[in-house]
Amino acid sequence: MSGPSDFQPTNPALRWIERRLPIFGLMHSSFVAYPTPRNLNYWWTFGAILSMMLAVQILTGVILAMHYTPHADLAFRSVELIVRDVNYGWLLRNMHACGASMFFFAVYIHMFRGLYYGSYKEPREVLWILGVIIYLLMMATGFMGYVLPWGQMSFWGATVITNLFSAVPYFGESIVTLLWGGYAVGNPTLNRFFSLHYLLPFVIAGVVVLHVWALHVAGQNNPAGVEAKTEKDTVAFTPYATIKDLFGVSCFLIFYSWFIFYMPNYLGDAENYVPANPGVTPAHIVPEWYYLPFYAILRSIPNKLAGVIAMFAAIIILCFLPWLDSAKTRSSKYRPLAKQFFWMFVVVCVLLGYLGAQPPEGIYVIAGRILTVCYFAYFLIVLPLLARIETPRPVPNSIADDVLAKTGSKAAPMVSAVIAIMVAGGLLVGGAQSARAEGGEVAPPAQKWSFSGPFGKFDRAAVQRGLQVYKEVCSTCHSLSFVAFRNLADPGGPGYSTAQAAAFASDYKIKDGPNDQGEMFERPGRPADYFPSPFPNEQAARAANGGAAPPDLSLITKARSYKRGFPWFIIDFFTQYQEQGPDYVTAILEGFEENPPAGVTIPEGSYYNKYFPGHAIKMPKPLSDGQVTYSDGSPTTVAQYAHDVTTFLMWTAEPHLEARKRLGLQVFVFLILFSVLMYFTKKKVWANAH
Amino acid sequence: MVFCRRGGRGRRQTSRSQWAPPGRFHRLRTRKGLGIVTTASSADHPTRRDFLYVATGAAAAVGVAATVWPLIDQMNPDAATIAAGAPIEVDLTPIAEGQDIKVFWRGKPIYISHRTKKQIEEARSVPLSSLPDPQTDEARVKSGHDQWLVVIGICTHLGCIPIAHEGNYDGFFCPCHGSQYDTSGRIRQGPAPANLAVPPYQFVSDTKIQIG
Repeated sequence: MSGPSDFQPTNPALRWIERRLPIFGLMHSSFVAYPTPRNLNYWWTFGAILSMMLAVQILTGVILAMHYTPHADLAFRSVELIVRDVNYGWLLRNMHACGASMFFFAVYIHMFRGLYYGSYKEPREVLWILGVIIYLLMMATGFMGYVLPWGQMSFWGATVITNLFSAVPYFGESIVTLLWGGYAVGNPTLNRFFSLHYLLPFVIAGVVVLHVWALHVAGQNNPAGVEAKTEKDTVAFTPYATIKDLFGVSCFLIFYSWFIFYMPNYLGDAENYVPANPGVTPAHIVPEWYYLPFYAILRSIPNKLAGVIAMFAAIIILCFLPWLDSAKTRSSKYRPLAKQFFWMFVVVCVLLGYLGAQPPEGIYVIAGRILTVCYFAYFLIVLPLLARIETPRPVPNSIADDVLAKTGSKAAPMVSAVIAIMVAGGLLVGGAQSARAEGGEVAPPAQKWSFSGPFGKFDRAAVQRGLQVYKEVCSTCHSLSFVAFRNLADPGGPGYSTAQAAAFASDYKIKDGPNDQGEMFERPGRPADYFPSPFPNEQAARAANGGAAPPDLSLITKARSYKRGFPWFIIDFFTQYQEQGPDYVTAILEGFEENPPAGVTIPEGSYYNKYFPGHAIKMPKPLSDGQVTYSDGSPTTVAQYAHDVTTFLMWTAEPHLEARKRLGLQVFVFLILFSVLMYFTKKKVWANAH
Repeated sequence: MVFCRRGGRGRRQTSRSQWAPPGRFHRLRTRKGLGIVTTASSADHPTRRDFLYVATGAAAAVGVAATVWPLIDQMNPDAATIAAGAPIEVDLTPIAEGQDIKVFWRGKPIYISHRTKKQIEEARSVPLSSLPDPQTDEARVKSGHDQWLVVIGICTHLGCIPIAHEGNYDGFFCPCHGSQYDTSGRIRQGPAPANLAVPPYQFVSDTKIQIG
């Protein structure tokens, strides 16, 4: 539709290039003069939002790859060091990790929009299929990216997903071995996933070019679902569509930023802050929220091969959509029955997503099976049937008629719908992540944390006291291996001076070497050294502690979580009350009881803890009143110790929390101002297009 | 600045600023690249409109600039690298006269030479006028510790590591492109433009230095 451009640059140098490579003409005809239907609503801005998200992911991903180490022994630590040490590393990592969720969030809206308005129908079949291919590539890329931090969920996600291919008859085992590059998921797997994770986004970008090309050949669909016939039906891409898209993008950035700066771990799994352990599978293997509906379909089929086939079929079936739905009317606006079934289908997908996060037992399995049938029935029965029996309402003669028939007030509900959907989507995914947490135990009592909320800061005195508790009590068994002595003088931390941090370090004996004689030796700690581990290796830690190695505490407040339950997980999203498990850590420290309640037997060598899942914990009661002497006169009670050491451990887990929230506030003020400006600019530009 | 009021092909005609016929209009508009045409402001609220576009554009520019900074700053050394570059102490007692050792500080090789009387004499007897990068030997060592030469062992030509006790001047010889340094680490011959750099260091005792 764009046709050859008559564009000629005025600048002679550009004209010289244009004669030899008509790139400016191509750009001009594709992104400036290209006619877009004038009745597009804000659902159409998600194409631009997705382009931006792809660019953001590639940019931040290339940068993260500059600092990441793709090795099974080093990957987890390198990701932590990116967050802790690289300048703005925390920002880049959050942008990339939350960006994946935002990317999928936007693509789902984009896909549902296509579904609702019939954007897959003739002549846009190839455009639609290219979109499905992009979606498949995104899923592969997202999965491999999730493996790279090499946490527990990474490792076991990789194990479970690669094992899907073992369902293939005859060749299954060989395929899986080929994917792993070994006898199990290991270093070769991580290396190839890193390589492919770097490659696939560029493949996506290539298919996106084809997608846009196909779009520009067929022209955009629009809410009325009638083709643009005359020039009255369209407006130029620039400035009309560009300004509208940019306004959409700026609004989306506000939503995205909330996650980056305030809730970076809301969508992640606490388990992935535990380094990969090939010997222990987490209690619940749950994929990232964006795979949950398909995971639910996989699990609802009792046969292994059939489950895998059903899961892939649920995606592949989208490719056949243009032929399954043969109705002539495109837009569901004019299809009373299709519209209702569309919303039912949306509900089915959301419920499948919810079920994907639940344990595969009891009512969840039955519900999963019913919804799986509903999912496929929508494509295989409802849509073909509707095409035959439904009487659509008359469609407008032209886009111009559609615009004239509409009152100006239509735009406002549209905007509020976008905002509502965004909030609802955020909550839904949050609900899914909350639902996966271990339940069934007594909920830890709520604490007051100085670091919660958008203006949260660490209580310096509490962090210092917590450091003292760690040093005098916890450090006899627990390492703190991601924290260096120099960090004690970092801004936003305990607030010590560089000299104090150096003095603190020099109290420790650090093993160094080899020296010129080839021998290891001990020397006083330096600020650059990390807190030494109490045990030389994991086996020693295990042997000294009744078979259970005390976990490293650097990340413990993010690596432990518990079921917050409704409505708390919704309220948490706005209040930023805690990021994962500070309440849980405090509760564990306070939850020891001498005598277990009647009917509970605790095995030899374990201790009763009210809040520990299963109640039998290998750690003896670590704190008792008066054990640590505070110099600032704070009460020397277990409750105070627990609160202080948890505050300290929240700082070790999120050392840049204060900087993050401070920058977040600045970004928010800017983005809201910018969006308001964009809104009025968009209104001005469009003033006489309506 | 006024956004073109008649953006696309066949847009509804507006009542004002008919300054170009529709056919030509397209070309005129696009000459400015983004469809923004500079022309006299039109009747209603010209200043408010101008202000809005300028403000939005400026805000966008500020936003982009602020976003670019973290993307560049991440390339600077990270906190762990900076911490690892802290000063180091070197014990000089094992280095006999005429010997030298190589230690690493901030990833750079540092030559510590225990110079003989003859070497010091050689370094000090050269007339400054004959040096490509004139500098006295006294300025390159710590007074009272004249026998100790501490230099960064990186050729000032293109970063190779010169070999000690080689070349025509009893100092350092760079095998890459043939630069030769004397017993004070000063460039004497070859393509290197400057003397071997002296790192920041001080004597904490007669037999111990702190580099950095």
